[in-house]
Amino acid sequence: MIRFAIHAAFGVAIGSALAAQGGGKSFAVRADIVHTMAGRAIEDGIVIVRDGKITAVGKAATIRLPAGIEQKRAKVLVPGLIDAHATVGLTGHLNIPHDQDQLDSTGPVQPELRAIDAYNAHDPLVNWLRSFGITTVHTGHAPRALVAGQTMVVKTHGRSVEKDVLRPFAMIACTLGDAGRAGRGDTGGKKPGTRAKSAAMLREALLAARAYAKKCDGDDAAPVELRHEAFAAALRREVPLLVTAHRAHDLMTTLRIAKEFELDVVLDGAAEAYLLLDEIKASKCTVLPHPAMARTRGELGNATMELPKLLVDAGIPIALQSGFESYVPKSRVVLFEAGVAVSKGLADERALAALTIGAARLLGVADRIGSLEVGKDADLAWFDGDPFEYTTNCLGVMIDGVEYPGERPLHTGR
Amino acid sequence: MSSLLGRNLRRVFGGLASALIVSGTVVPAQDEAIAFVGARILPVDGPVIENGTLVVRGGKIIAVGPASEVLLPAPSERRDCKGKTIIPGLVDTHSHIGSVSGGDRSGPIQPEVRALDAINPRDPGIQKAQAGGITTVNVMPGSGHLLSGQTIYLKLREPRTIDDLLIAGTDGQPMGGIKMANGTNPQKGPPFPGTRGRAAALMRAQLHRARHYQKKVAAAAGDPAKMPERSLGMEALVEVLEGKRMVHHHTHRQDDILTVLRLQREFGFRVVLHHVSEGWLVAEEIAAAKAPCSVIMIDSPGGKLEAARLSMATGRILDEAGVLVGFHSDDGITDSRLFLRSAALAVRAGMKRDKALAALTSAGAVMLDMADRVGTLTVGKDADLVVLSGDPFAVRTQVLETWVEGQKVFDLADPKDRLLAMGGYNASVDQSLSLCCYGQYGVAGQGVQAAGGAK
Repeated sequence: MIRFAIHAAFGVAIGSALAAQGGGKSFAVRADIVHTMAGRAIEDGIVIVRDGKITAVGKAATIRLPAGIEQKRAKVLVPGLIDAHATVGLTGHLNIPHDQDQLDSTGPVQPELRAIDAYNAHDPLVNWLRSFGITTVHTGHAPRALVAGQTMVVKTHGRSVEKDVLRPFAMIACTLGDAGRAGRGDTGGKKPGTRAKSAAMLREALLAARAYAKKCDGDDAAPVELRHEAFAAALRREVPLLVTAHRAHDLMTTLRIAKEFELDVVLDGAAEAYLLLDEIKASKCTVLPHPAMARTRGELGNATMELPKLLVDAGIPIALQSGFESYVPKSRVVLFEAGVAVSKGLADERALAALTIGAARLLGVADRIGSLEVGKDADLAWFDGDPFEYTTNCLGVMIDGVEYPGERPLHTGR
Repeated sequence: MSSLLGRNLRRVFGGLASALIVSGTVVPAQDEAIAFVGARILPVDGPVIENGTLVVRGGKIIAVGPASEVLLPAPSERRDCKGKTIIPGLVDTHSHIGSVSGGDRSGPIQPEVRALDAINPRDPGIQKAQAGGITTVNVMPGSGHLLSGQTIYLKLREPRTIDDLLIAGTDGQPMGGIKMANGTNPQKGPPFPGTRGRAAALMRAQLHRARHYQKKVAAAAGDPAKMPERSLGMEALVEVLEGKRMVHHHTHRQDDILTVLRLQREFGFRVVLHHVSEGWLVAEEIAAAKAPCSVIMIDSPGGKLEAARLSMATGRILDEAGVLVGFHSDDGITDSRLFLRSAALAVRAGMKRDKALAALTSAGAVMLDMADRVGTLTVGKDADLVVLSGDPFAVRTQVLETWVEGQKVFDLADPKDRLLAMGGYNASVDQSLSLCCYGQYGVAGQGVQAAGGAK
């Protein structure tokens, strides 16, 4: 019980912070096309929000506007977009040691590192992403350690993690393959030097957590071991492992370990997933394909910009991500990645679903966000054209009823 | 008109003759013309031609105009391009394809080093660039030096060796510039500079030495006995001082940009400013110096301090200030296959569409001293063109074909080329391997075909 309480207490604090915020003002956005992601798109539709929630959605002609309501006009209105995997807020925009908190290199297995303790809500890249309509990100510890740490789901208000977080502990970020053995078998024997060693260390850590959970069961006096707590949550299937792996054999190792421990896993990156469509489909895993514009180097040498399309064609659930970048762009913009995926065959409606309701379901927040439905959070983004088009602009953004600017003329993220 | 034709003809034959010097091979003269009929043609040097015909022969453009006005020569191969868009081959003014390298760690200024000697023509980056519609490219060493070496201008023909890619200048020598950089990239431990002041001092001292060398050469007046001891580096820098070799200068921050312009005033070299992340802050100064800018488009600001104020509006702001604006891929910073996207993002931030297309083509040609050969669909220029499925700045538009000097070098309908365009198994290995054994995506459980099927 104590162990649950660690996260539950945090969640309560957040809930009250949000309730205190918001304001009673009504606000409406009318657009030529409203993609509600709950049923068909509405032509000449309107969405009305009040107190941070959506209060009406429908044809503009059929919805009566409250007197004096502020109204925005746009070509296209969509639910606030969701980046299903980023490192923004941990990988600061300056890319200098004191703003890079995505990876601690003192040990290869650190599932106890919480994203909430590392997220800088005021990093300019949070605002930058928001200016393109991205209102929620799944962010946290980055790839490049066997177990880098935890991730969380947070809105892009850019206020504080307490105010903005939706799920403080969403997944545990793991990496297999070359990147997962970065550091290459230090002489202390702490870091894995080979793929086989990586898998062995991950299995040992999971076994240790399983033994810990058994020992603690019914014994509230047992000393808390944060590392085992995190993995125990994964073993209880409260959180999935987010496993970054690109090569086909590393993807198979991921599925093998998931099966052994009856874990939920989300396959991240998965550059060679097109070689394993049947196996991945049978595993029922969701795949977060690497950004369409990811550089085709190293383990991504066999990457294809068609991956999202190939996965969807095979009936595999996907969500889209900006991923991790060590240099530039310090944060990719998931809307741009989706645009390129669309240009390489991913159907528009599948891409939009992967950026909204699909991602919300994967992240366990579909009761709050991901579609334009009465009672859901007032998270909106409106555009002057097709959101996937290179030359379209995001005109405005709303999160929990708070309006933010879209792409500004100078467009420097400040 | 007749004198113009004569000049163009001389250029054709002059070009062929010097190509012989450089490469030893010449594209066989094509007697048969190729006519691209019915396309929407964006010639860049003039208004859009909605239902246009473009005719090429012997590696050159011989006619372009409305389909109703252009007569097809005989014999000619007619290619129906109805519904397609044709633009000039793209000019990428700054790329690192071909696994290029430049200077090593031995010092910050290495003008004797040539990119020419370092390029792997079978690097898949070259074919990926073709897949992006790039036909002319300035391949450069990196920015970790004040001067990392001589750059090389390439035509993306089908290469067996580097010689197949070179472009002969008027002197018969392969064309190229020189790569310089300031700001944080070249700052590191000795013998590299630790500060901006030191960086500028090192570069100025070197250019003064080059000026001295230049004077000694001039004073020798061709007498071998009076010539200074031969220095490869000095020879390259003298070419810089004489304006024969363009300086391609990596520079991000507004004060670093002004430092480049200050050095340029002092030594009189010709310069293209590259990246110019903060160029929008000093647009007037850049315009006054008449320095062309090759802008990088990155999807978010930052990644390093000096790019923290990068703006997608840089292209627009510089263009409106009267600066000649181009773009570059900086491949692998951005992907050559998506080079059109760089200009499209500039349009997103307000740049005029015609200026954005010119930035990918004719402006780049000016920056590489090749405006007489490439960059527009003009009679007499090289038959470098891209056939697109639609508008150049539309996200769903595909590059269907890329042509260099009348030869098709990329065809999306060809599975080998498609693999490079989209990516997939073996799309990033040396093309000496992959072209023999490409296989579309393997079937699950069956794996990918083993290498070996000769092709």
